[in-house]
Amino acid sequence: MSNHDLILPTPAPARPWRERLGSAMPLLVLGPSLVASFVYVFVFTGWTLYISLSNSSLLPTYGFVGLDNYASLWANRRWNIAYNNLFLFSGFYIVGSMAVGLLLAILIDQRVRGEAVWRTIFLYPLAVSFIVTGTVWSWLYNPTDGIQAMVRALGWTNFSFALASDRHYAIYAVIITGVWQSSGFAMALFLAGLRSVDSDLVKAAQIDGASTFRIYRKVLLPTIAPIFLAVAVIQIQFAIKTFDLVAALTKGGPGISTTFPAIYVYDLMFQRGQIGEGAAAAIMMLAALAVVLVPYSFWVVWRRRKEAGHG
Amino acid sequence: MADVSLDQVQDHHASTVAARRHFLARFVIYGLLVIFAAIYLVPLLVVVLNSFRDQQEIARNGLISLPRSFRLEAWGQAWSTYCIGGTCEGMQRNFYNSLKMTIPATIISTAVGAMNGYILSKWLFKGSEALFTCMLLGVFIPGQISLMPWAFILGNLGLSNSVYGLVLIHVIQGISFTTLFCRNYYVSIPDDLIKAARIDGAGFWRIFRKIILPLSSPILIVTVIWQFTGIWNEYLFGVVFTSGQQQPITAALVALTASGTNVRAYDVMSAAVLIGALPPLLIYLFGGKYFVRGLTQGAIK
Repeated sequence: MSNHDLILPTPAPARPWRERLGSAMPLLVLGPSLVASFVYVFVFTGWTLYISLSNSSLLPTYGFVGLDNYASLWANRRWNIAYNNLFLFSGFYIVGSMAVGLLLAILIDQRVRGEAVWRTIFLYPLAVSFIVTGTVWSWLYNPTDGIQAMVRALGWTNFSFALASDRHYAIYAVIITGVWQSSGFAMALFLAGLRSVDSDLVKAAQIDGASTFRIYRKVLLPTIAPIFLAVAVIQIQFAIKTFDLVAALTKGGPGISTTFPAIYVYDLMFQRGQIGEGAAAAIMMLAALAVVLVPYSFWVVWRRRKEAGHG
Repeated sequence: MADVSLDQVQDHHASTVAARRHFLARFVIYGLLVIFAAIYLVPLLVVVLNSFRDQQEIARNGLISLPRSFRLEAWGQAWSTYCIGGTCEGMQRNFYNSLKMTIPATIISTAVGAMNGYILSKWLFKGSEALFTCMLLGVFIPGQISLMPWAFILGNLGLSNSVYGLVLIHVIQGISFTTLFCRNYYVSIPDDLIKAARIDGAGFWRIFRKIILPLSSPILIVTVIWQFTGIWNEYLFGVVFTSGQQQPITAALVALTASGTNVRAYDVMSAAVLIGALPPLLIYLFGGKYFVRGLTQGAIK
């Protein structure tokens, strides 16, 4: 607000009042959003944190029980399955979608015809919901109607593909579907990165006689290294929040084999009336996000400062 | 495979080798693209075809097979007569619920985000950067954290089991995103433009209307598309805070496919899934460029 003392051409008597209102206007307009965001971020988190320390069961009550809910959460076999699944899923999902995404981005980057068409095909799953994707894939995994039935009908009668109905392999069904849904996203980011690399760098390498493969390995991919990290961080976020996909695809089953933390929270809060422990699980989800995002945001800020220092 | 660069190509023989290698490379590239395109398109194709097939024929030949029957009835059933949990009205009510939820929530959150972005980029005050950072935290909070507080608030406002409750949730939750998008876009509008307008006596609203808004259409389209698809596709809040006839279409789809009657009516369910997927798909097809822009911006910033 450094322009306060500018000489304004209207000498109306109403000016001081209007001017004061005018200068307060930004805060007046921003105020409600600030309050809402503050409540959403801090009050809601604090509230849930408090519930997680209380003896709430069917309804929130506020008798303080310390870390009891966390203790019983970590003693629960189902929760242990949930977070093991989260690790397994995160690993395969991130590596899988980045590998497929990078391959697609490099393929499209070879000056192919109909680039827009290819991109549209690889990205459309992102427009539809995990509910739609999960539902459709649950049909494809269904042994009597889906992929297994199709291959058997083609003549390979003892072909077996029943991932989603096998408790040991159902998690891989979730992984495959997750990769299918989101590798287009990785592709879009990688492609944007590849296109933003200074073309002089590539030309210089070409003049030196480097093959396409070498140019990617030595010039392009190292230059877009920060994008790998960004994609990984975003995918981890998706993984930690995974709920819809599992709800539609396996409903956490067979048995409890594909339980995820988000499913567990929902189940405890709204199916079993164990609100306190459910809140503790929700706080653990937040903690997992923080473990990933806090170091990442520090790194981003540090890198920006460094670049600004160079520039 | 030794590296062969173009300047080494000197005689005719070498150039035919290079041409053959080029052809082979192209063949591999397009071959891989076609394979992946098939993997991406087959599930969509299966659903589309099955929505026009006869249920008995699906049961006989499986989901993934060429259609040997054609009927349109499944669409009508999915829209208006199929039974989900006792009521036989199809998906139409849930489709309208989703519209009633998504349209107002998209408009309000985008409008608020545009104003916030304008202020946080052009009317900076002491501490505004810190406040912006706090607002951004909202992007990362998982929905599960807010379930209990929302249940309490919606209950007290008389908005539980109502589409308007969901509108409220999506507006508050969406503000972080819309503010982020708009602020990052408005930062690139030169400050001198604003300064000049202020010297000419233009105030807060006038500058917004006459300078910012006319330059905003790209970011507003990106934000609207992002919000619309995000809110339309949302499931957690829909399934937690509404039931039966108030449910948005995502929750209804899960209820529909879970209602395990003796024979799975794949024809009707396929049509229902497509009805649920169609609005965001259409937006994607017609606004693809903006959709991708939102994706990359929302991701990297």
